[in-house]
Amino acid sequence: MFKKMLALMLVLLLMATALVGCGGGTAEEPAPAEEPTEEQVEEQVEEPQLKMAMVTDVGGVNDESFNESAWNGHQKARDELGFEVSYVESEQDADYERNLETLLDAGNDLIWGIGFMMGDAIAEAADFNPDQKYAIIDSAYDDTPDNVVGVLFKAEEASFLVGYIAGKMTETGKVGFVGGMDFPVIHGFHYGFMAGVKYANPDAEVLVQYADSFVDAARGKAIANQMYQQGADIVFHAAGGTGDGVIEAAREQDKYAIGVDMDQNHLAPDNVITSAMKRVDNAIFMIAEDLKAGNFPGGQTVVFGLEDGGVGIAPTSDKHVPAEILEEVAEVERQIIAGEIFVPDNKDDYDANY
Amino acid sequence: MLDSLGFIIGTTLMYSTPLIYAALGGVMSENSGVVNIGLEGMMTIGALIGATVGFYSGNPWLAFLAAGMAGGGLALLHAVASVSYGADQVVSGIAINFLGPGLALFLSRIFFEGATMTKAIPLDNKMPRPIHGLLPRNSFLDLVFNQYATVYIAFLLVGVVWFLLYRTKLGLRIRAVGEHPRAADTLGVSVYKIRYLCVVLSGVLAGFGGASMSLAIVSNFRPTLISGHGFIALAAMIFGKWKPQGAMWACLLFGVSNGLVVYLGRSDAPFEISMQLLSMLPYVLTLIVLMGFVGRSSAPAANGVPYEEGER
Repeated sequence: MFKKMLALMLVLLLMATALVGCGGGTAEEPAPAEEPTEEQVEEQVEEPQLKMAMVTDVGGVNDESFNESAWNGHQKARDELGFEVSYVESEQDADYERNLETLLDAGNDLIWGIGFMMGDAIAEAADFNPDQKYAIIDSAYDDTPDNVVGVLFKAEEASFLVGYIAGKMTETGKVGFVGGMDFPVIHGFHYGFMAGVKYANPDAEVLVQYADSFVDAARGKAIANQMYQQGADIVFHAAGGTGDGVIEAAREQDKYAIGVDMDQNHLAPDNVITSAMKRVDNAIFMIAEDLKAGNFPGGQTVVFGLEDGGVGIAPTSDKHVPAEILEEVAEVERQIIAGEIFVPDNKDDYDANY
Repeated sequence: MLDSLGFIIGTTLMYSTPLIYAALGGVMSENSGVVNIGLEGMMTIGALIGATVGFYSGNPWLAFLAAGMAGGGLALLHAVASVSYGADQVVSGIAINFLGPGLALFLSRIFFEGATMTKAIPLDNKMPRPIHGLLPRNSFLDLVFNQYATVYIAFLLVGVVWFLLYRTKLGLRIRAVGEHPRAADTLGVSVYKIRYLCVVLSGVLAGFGGASMSLAIVSNFRPTLISGHGFIALAAMIFGKWKPQGAMWACLLFGVSNGLVVYLGRSDAPFEISMQLLSMLPYVLTLIVLMGFVGRSSAPAANGVPYEEGER
């Protein structure tokens, strides 16, 4: 009996370690360089192929959000540019450094960090390994190191477009915005959306509330319920997992919601009318092209917007949004690209212009 | 005004429900003398299994039961380690908290073609709302009582657990094992059996709690869905002096403060408070109540102490 139990425990322990480690990959230390062999045994491995890899944030590679989009971009680079691509998933914030190390050891030409949460980890890794190229989604540095590219998105432009749709489609004259946390990245969504609503419908009222969390689905649901109760009929969220609750509230109340980052229509096909998308996949592909062409924009912050397909509205928008409004949206998009419409991404710009 | 009150009460119920299940789980386990800080892990696996079975079978009740079984299964490991082998219960609980989310991710990838987020369950296949549609939408009564079945079951279970612990022979044995296992053993009560039963039941309840998130509050699982609920439930149980009704009140207090956070944070609130400050409310309120009104709370005497049957 005892032996059986012991065997069982050992198996479980093994499983536990395997599972806990499943996001981490191999955490092997790089071989100590203490033995300087005189003979140059370093094999000259020929690498005609460029290698690119990414570290996901805690969402995992199929999160139907940034990480998945980023991985799509990698796959596109593999298929069209002949890159060798791979990824490592992070289970928790503490995994970032270790995972970056793993990819460094694997000899990648370019390593991506997906999400601003990895900003510090990337900066640190770039500092330790000045010959390794890094890039990060959704983060910028005051003083970007030469081997790092920061990739930002003009989320306010996509938000402006969905705001325009909301402003045109609202029947109650009230729409809502639920933000994750009150900081600049989310302000782009917030004020871009408000500007879009006002541009389409100057009389519309926008209810705004921050959840102070990206993971609290119950709070997202409560906030959205309250907005619908106050008369809003379309709510836009930029709140990650909290937004699941927003979309759920829309389903239950039979109202409309607008998704974020990815096309979230599949979460509630009857209720999510459109989504403000960040095309992380396009951004990664474009940087990969630059890398291949030999003009890796190291030391810079690259900002993608409507102009280069870095942001946009969801392809499923035509399910709920009338065709004539979509035509207007296309026109608005053209005007934004041409600089005829100013899109604010913070309170001061918004107040000054709308 | 009445609508606002209704909104706050409704939100309170929604928020408290998963916590109540998990806190009841804690009550069961700890009254038998086994510390269970693995509630979080058990909730996570329950949430995943609930969302998965719910999506594929279309039957929320089957999904709910499966979630309970998944939580119970994980709890069985905790029982084996901490009852049969006398391992440190806190360490075993921490292991469960690693194992639960890891296993949930692993299984999610198997069931959903590599996705860590499960697909949304159609509204009709979610937990039923028993009185949905009977009352005018967003009226006071609708806001308060139009809740998912999981909410009602949670409060029912508070009564069931109370009755079990304080009005049945089994309950007396459970509490005896938690207070003085040697005495119970001498009287012919099997300490191991009782503890196994309680720990597994606690996992079942925590699994229900997870499913009440993924089958009612939202309709899909994502890795961040259960983020800290198990620990809050654990605190609520201690706050509630290891009693089911006490734990329920603590969960409700936590729920109502969250309802207030949302209510006071709305854009036309009479006064503007920063959301960061507001978000502290649930914790500050808990601290204040804990310091001012609860008084000394003492755990079952043998809580956390491994027991070896027949030992002298």
